[in-house]
Amino acid sequence: MSAPERDWAAFVTNTDEGKAHMDLAVDGITCAACMYEIEYGLRKLEGVEKARVNLSSHRLSVDWDDEKTNPSPIVDRLQRLGYKAYPFDPAQVKSRGDAICREILRALAVSGFAAMNIMLLSISVWSGNASDIDPETRSFFHWISALIALPTVVYSGRIFFRSAYMAMKAGRLNMDVPITIGVLLATGLSMWQTVRDAEDAYFDSAVMLLFFLLVGRYCDHIMRRKTRSFAENLATLKAESAAKIQEDGSALDVPLSRLSVGDRVLVRAGERISVDGRISTGTSEVDQSLVTGETLLQHVGEGDLVYAGTMNTYGVLEIEVTAAAKGTLLDEVNRLLETAMEGRSKYVHIADRASQLYAPVVHAAALLTFVGWIMLGVAWQPALVIAISVLIITCPCALGLAIPAVQVVASGLFFNGRVLLNTGDAIERLATVDTIVFDKTGTLTMPETSLSKKHALSEDQLELAGRLALSSSHPLSHAIARATGAHQALPDAKESAGQGVEALINGVCAKLGSPTFCGVPAEQLEQAKVQQPDTSFVAFQSGGEAAQLLPVGQFMREGATETIQKLKYAGFAIEILSGDHKGAVEHAAQVLGVESWQAAMKPQDKIDHIEELKAKGRKVLMVGDGLNDAPSLAAANVSISPVSAVHVSQAAADAVFLGDSLAPVVSALTISKKARWVMNQNLAISVVYNLIAVPFAVLGFVTPLLAALAMSGSSIIVTLNAVRLRMLAGTSTQSNQEA
Amino acid sequence: MNRTMEVLIYLIPVALVLGGTGLVAFMWSLRSGQYDDMEGPKWRILDDGDLQENIASPEAAKRKAP
Repeated sequence: MSAPERDWAAFVTNTDEGKAHMDLAVDGITCAACMYEIEYGLRKLEGVEKARVNLSSHRLSVDWDDEKTNPSPIVDRLQRLGYKAYPFDPAQVKSRGDAICREILRALAVSGFAAMNIMLLSISVWSGNASDIDPETRSFFHWISALIALPTVVYSGRIFFRSAYMAMKAGRLNMDVPITIGVLLATGLSMWQTVRDAEDAYFDSAVMLLFFLLVGRYCDHIMRRKTRSFAENLATLKAESAAKIQEDGSALDVPLSRLSVGDRVLVRAGERISVDGRISTGTSEVDQSLVTGETLLQHVGEGDLVYAGTMNTYGVLEIEVTAAAKGTLLDEVNRLLETAMEGRSKYVHIADRASQLYAPVVHAAALLTFVGWIMLGVAWQPALVIAISVLIITCPCALGLAIPAVQVVASGLFFNGRVLLNTGDAIERLATVDTIVFDKTGTLTMPETSLSKKHALSEDQLELAGRLALSSSHPLSHAIARATGAHQALPDAKESAGQGVEALINGVCAKLGSPTFCGVPAEQLEQAKVQQPDTSFVAFQSGGEAAQLLPVGQFMREGATETIQKLKYAGFAIEILSGDHKGAVEHAAQVLGVESWQAAMKPQDKIDHIEELKAKGRKVLMVGDGLNDAPSLAAANVSISPVSAVHVSQAAADAVFLGDSLAPVVSALTISKKARWVMNQNLAISVVYNLIAVPFAVLGFVTPLLAALAMSGSSIIVTLNAVRLRMLAGTSTQSNQEA
Repeated sequence: MNRTMEVLIYLIPVALVLGGTGLVAFMWSLRSGQYDDMEGPKWRILDDGDLQENIASPEAAKRKAP
């Protein structure tokens, strides 16, 4: 059966000039030379109007004339140039995050402009106040400051006002509430001072506060945008599409977003099933390890349910797409996931917890100051000015930057450690972890099957086996072909579906397939199965020689044993919760040296166990990849999943790690511990700064000059302290790389 | 306001307009996507593929390239 034609129309949009346009994720761009190669290579194609590579996001944007060419030659040319490319599904690329980022950047630009100009005027007023400025000039300067500051506060401040309003409406108190109160009071007081020709106005403080805080917000956003765009590229390059069966019976590859319930989809031998549905024709065996954790193949036939993410082995299946029906695994996972997500939103960020302590204290201090000065017999206006100056000087500039600055530096370190963060507060939650729960299949083991090194084949035989394997579509053959590095299929190999392949080479018959197909004695197979319980066996036989067994299975990830040892040494309690059968889990636990393990667990069992641990006061990190892990990923205090995980799990996890090695889990934990330490330090610095500044303010000694110095000084100290995290963590990441 | 300060009536608006022009220029550059790719452009200046002589014979350009 030939590969179905691709339906590119779903990926193409039209530009304003009437040209067709497509955005592609490109894999393999390493330097600027790749950029030229791709751009010139594509421009030479007839009909291509524009090809531009974005070197920071590794994306390519192509415009072409619809009448002269179509996307197929473009993708083909990229393939021939040696770059794997796949278009973004316009329905799935989220531009929303980008819009927020731009809004912050615009607000930042406006507040920066305003802060500079107002500071120019303020410094003149301050030096004038110390010498001989006349009241008219000062008043003139204050009015101009007001003219710049008022629109700025409205425009740049709305990001904070909006978030503060949302929090108050929900009955919560977040960091933006004291910020909003501080900015509004500072602006209001300054307006009043300006109207009554007073000496001091605090416009510069209000606008500078906005500027510093927006810098923090913006850094936070670009860091997350970087990881998000990287994750989108990875998801797109997975090229998840399905061969939809058209009315005329032909199959057309369409993106998943174009499928609806009731559509029929064709899945060929050796392909991953990309939809949830019911088999309408065909029988096969499917590998469900990515979904349930079960490593043994399951026989399926007409009417059986299959899940997205499972691997079809030898048969051709026609599947009718179904929505998650009541009582299916998917339905259960969705239901559990919803409940688990609700529980998670109860977590309060460090920054919000700090502001919940901070706001009442500071506001009470301001109130007491006001009352105190009134009782000392001061008129209410000057008393109010002093009270508000207490709020301005304690304005949470340092506090507002203390946590985001550390998060930015830390997520940069995570990125270098090959961990992508889904949520910013994952760092602080990771830092408190004391128990780590691993899933087995796909997490501790490699997500794909591979060939074990324990076999008795010579180099030549292995190459022959690899070439035979290339002629077969069975997933176990894929594993052998990959392991041997063979790339030339044998010309006249004959495949018996579900059995094996055979071919004649120089008159000698060579066979690769199931042990019975190659005539392996039953006793030998039994014995091997006892020795390696979690392994499937493929047999190879050539000429008159006895058949040899090739153990194929899901083996441990690179460095899994070292990682577990390191984690145990660092004092974490390690557990394995797996959906796989007992023998396989027991074997894995023994190899890794994990005492606490449980097998054959359903999603509900995993959640129950995690809740039990949490009830005991443990902070649980869940590391898992399967569909069955998704609810427990959401239920745990914090979660990480490998990049090979199914969609649902990746979305439920707080972070995703790249690559085959398990080592990023260790570095994530180390970095987050250090980040948490620096966060606490920053909070302490803010508190100390307030302890020094508040008495001055209460006594009425604060001038706008002092406020400006204190604010920028404390912000800079907090930011520099956050950057110090890079040095703290630098030593440990280096030692990780060496290891 | 004394006479020496009168000049400020012109100078401050001029300063604000100049600053404002910079702000508007930044907003324009943001909207037109100047910051979408911060890596590529610094390499593009070294690329000679768009010179007339190189377009005429791309092979010659390749030979020149290091």
